[in-house]
Amino acid sequence: MKKNKFILILISIFLFGTFTMKAAPDKKQNKSKNNCYTCHKQEDELPDGFSTEDVHFKLGITCADCHGGDITSNDEDVAMDEDNGFVGAPSKKETPAFCGKCHSDINYMKQYNPSIETDQVKEYYTSVHGHQLKKGNEDVATCTDCHTAHSIMKPSDPRSTVYAINVPKTCDKCHGNTDLMKKYDLPSNPYHDFAQSVHGIALLKKHDTGAPACNDCHGNHGATPPGVTSISQICGQCHVNNINYFKNSKMGKAFKDNDYHGCVECHSNHLIKPPTDDFVGVGENAVCTDCHDEGDKGYNEAKLIHKQLHTLDSLYAFAKNKIKVVEEKNMDDVDINYLLKDVNQSLVKSRTLVHTFSSKIVGKETAKGTKIVKKAIKLEDEAIHASFVRRNGFLFALLFITIIIIALYLKIREMGKSKKVKTHK
Amino acid sequence: MKKLYFKIENWLDERYDLKPIKEFIEHKKVPQYRGSIWYYMGGVTLFLFSIQVVTGILLLLYYKPGANSSYESVRFIMTQVKFGWLIRSIHSWSANLMVFFLFLHMFSVFFSGSYKKPRELTWVTGFLALALVLGFGFSGYLLPWDTLAFFATKVGTEIVGVVPVIGEPLKVLLRGGQDVTGATLTRFFGIHVAVLPLLIGIVLAVHLIFIQKQGMHEPESFKALPEEEKKYIPFFPDFFLKDALFWMIVFNVLLFLAVYFPWGLGLKADPLSPAPAGIRPEWYFMFMFQSLKFLPAHILFLEGELVGILFYGFAGFLWMLFPFLGIKEKKNTRVKPTTWLGILIVAFIIVMTIIGYLV
Amino acid sequence: MGVSRRKFINTLFGIGSIGSFFAFLYPVVSYLIPPKVAEVNVNSVKAGKASTFPFNSSKIVKFGREPVILIKDKENNFHADTATCTHLQCIVQFKKSTQQIWCACHNGLYTLDGRNISGPPPKPLTPMKVTVVKDEIVISKLTA
Repeated sequence: MKKNKFILILISIFLFGTFTMKAAPDKKQNKSKNNCYTCHKQEDELPDGFSTEDVHFKLGITCADCHGGDITSNDEDVAMDEDNGFVGAPSKKETPAFCGKCHSDINYMKQYNPSIETDQVKEYYTSVHGHQLKKGNEDVATCTDCHTAHSIMKPSDPRSTVYAINVPKTCDKCHGNTDLMKKYDLPSNPYHDFAQSVHGIALLKKHDTGAPACNDCHGNHGATPPGVTSISQICGQCHVNNINYFKNSKMGKAFKDNDYHGCVECHSNHLIKPPTDDFVGVGENAVCTDCHDEGDKGYNEAKLIHKQLHTLDSLYAFAKNKIKVVEEKNMDDVDINYLLKDVNQSLVKSRTLVHTFSSKIVGKETAKGTKIVKKAIKLEDEAIHASFVRRNGFLFALLFITIIIIALYLKIREMGKSKKVKTHK
Repeated sequence: MKKLYFKIENWLDERYDLKPIKEFIEHKKVPQYRGSIWYYMGGVTLFLFSIQVVTGILLLLYYKPGANSSYESVRFIMTQVKFGWLIRSIHSWSANLMVFFLFLHMFSVFFSGSYKKPRELTWVTGFLALALVLGFGFSGYLLPWDTLAFFATKVGTEIVGVVPVIGEPLKVLLRGGQDVTGATLTRFFGIHVAVLPLLIGIVLAVHLIFIQKQGMHEPESFKALPEEEKKYIPFFPDFFLKDALFWMIVFNVLLFLAVYFPWGLGLKADPLSPAPAGIRPEWYFMFMFQSLKFLPAHILFLEGELVGILFYGFAGFLWMLFPFLGIKEKKNTRVKPTTWLGILIVAFIIVMTIIGYLV
Repeated sequence: MGVSRRKFINTLFGIGSIGSFFAFLYPVVSYLIPPKVAEVNVNSVKAGKASTFPFNSSKIVKFGREPVILIKDKENNFHADTATCTHLQCIVQFKKSTQQIWCACHNGLYTLDGRNISGPPPKPLTPMKVTVVKDEIVISKLTA
């Protein structure tokens, strides 16, 4: 009996072994398994910032596709063997070529996106970052500094480091590093300034992706400190009228001749504050007096333009306050509101026309606007007056009702008297 | 002029025999004594009610019920329609004045003991009319669909829901759903312009028929007078003219209020926004609203608010049946116990209303 | 004396009554006459004659509280959209050269049907329906 039991056990072990052994070779032959990822995950040695949401990971592009090596092997020595193509992590200098292996190959890229650009690396080497990198300077940004290495997401993905709203923070990683920037005599406050600017507030606080991030003015891969003419053109991409008026104005020509920085000269580059009407003119907060002194033609023009804007703006504020009274009195305000919309348009237009630096042109528009706002104020006054006229109508009705009351009273008294006369009899 | 009048009278008399009517009109008389000024209160209430009907019908021509049109149509009436502001202001003010005079009427009837036999049912129909008028006020208040209206209705219907058993289904029935929505608006509109007018028409008709049949109540002190000293004035034309005089004065006051203190329109109701601070019901509901606030969170095993509501429900019920309660009158007391009760109730209402506005 | 006094009171009463009657009648009758804008919510607006509307041009029309841009393109087709730019609420214009709707404030561009295709505008303009009834241009809401 014991013998039989023993044989039975041996056979079971043999069978068990065969089955499990049979399973193992299948594992080894499974090519679609990303062994690099499995092993590194198990050992808790995934690279810093590794995300399974990474665009490459999600597309099924494996570690080996970038880093080389044998993905089919779960043996570290085999998988990460240089003879098997393993290149490991690229150095900073090697990074552009490393990414460019695929990203500069249109035949490879078009299977994922037929209209994707493939000149990023080329562009990169035209930039300051690229120039310096070629010289061996490792203080610059390369692909992974902005895009990250293992949590790369599409620029349209809000989680991406290069999503419009996140771009300023990404650039600030280096450009906000005082020690690093000091080395190259660069300011380290662009982000700080930008965040307080009208574009920064629009982008970072109001999440208006229509507002420019760093790359919209400075470029992405071909980022260069912009020259004089280039930044003017860039502002003009959105601020079309401003740039056209400026270019054709006397100031525009003078700026070109003197090689001044165009828009930046008055509006600054990063810390662009919403310009108030006090920005133009000769007052405390005006920029015109930075160059113009009392007595010169520019000074006089500035003073006049400021006055034109200020007059229209005050009237507009006055009208806006008055319309509240109209609404309070429950009078009709639809037409007045339309007029005020037109006044607002006129104000926006006038302020844009400031860039012609001609009080004649600005004055023409402010005159138009003033006409409209005066009409609106007239309508407001009429509406408020009408609400008072209503009271006069009441007095009219009151008069007649009072007459009835008096008549009734007299009649009643008279009836009472005649009754008294009757009873006395 | 007079000839024409008699011609018409004869024409009708030949066909319908106007004698009973003429006799009634000629013989109807009203007692004349120091307190007879209170006789006018009911008539004024009726006058103001008729103003409500007329202005209400005029508003009906332009008002559009619905979450997307109620507010806009009221704004339209106030700004675009000629004198729309006036009609609407009169409607809102007259509603308030009517409730005010209704309370004066009710309490003057109470204090003078006019509800006693044989006028018990006049009192009951009067109470029903009061309930219907408060219903008019509550339903009408929502119709402009502004913030105040919306939240007042929300709170008001919420209170209904607190009543056990029937409260929740009643609340859903009133609201036309779980929450106050456009469905509530159209429901309240139907109630305000069709259901309540029909009901109050019937109740008022019965109330007035009773009064015409039984004549004016005479207080004890008047009844005790010897026959020759009892002063009466004929209803027509004497009392009628005095009535008309009072109505004209009230009408003047109403017009003054409507023109110099026009009824405003807040912002359109936004069901998703939180209740604004300091919402409160119309003044005639204020005393109930305020007194409920004073109740502790729990009384015995019941929620304080529930106790308050049940109390008011029960009190209202008793108030309606007051003539049948038979409270014994003690002889030789300067002030009757019922008078004390009345004074207590009036004082409570006034004090609670004032506190409600001071807070 | 008594008769003339009574006559006086009656005349007074008459004047008062007739006067108040008219003081009452005038507002009521004025109220009943329909106002210029007959309806509460504007659902359609007349915008002039179709045949005399200038070729390849636009005009701003009041639609309740909203301005609307009415365009006759170079193929003589009518388009209408709400005219308030969805970026920062400037009033848009018709750009004849590219047959697009343009916002001068930040260079936003829309197609003639209101779709935002370039620049900052985050949302399209609301397109409106344009029908020509007996040569009269009528602008109305699409869904109405």
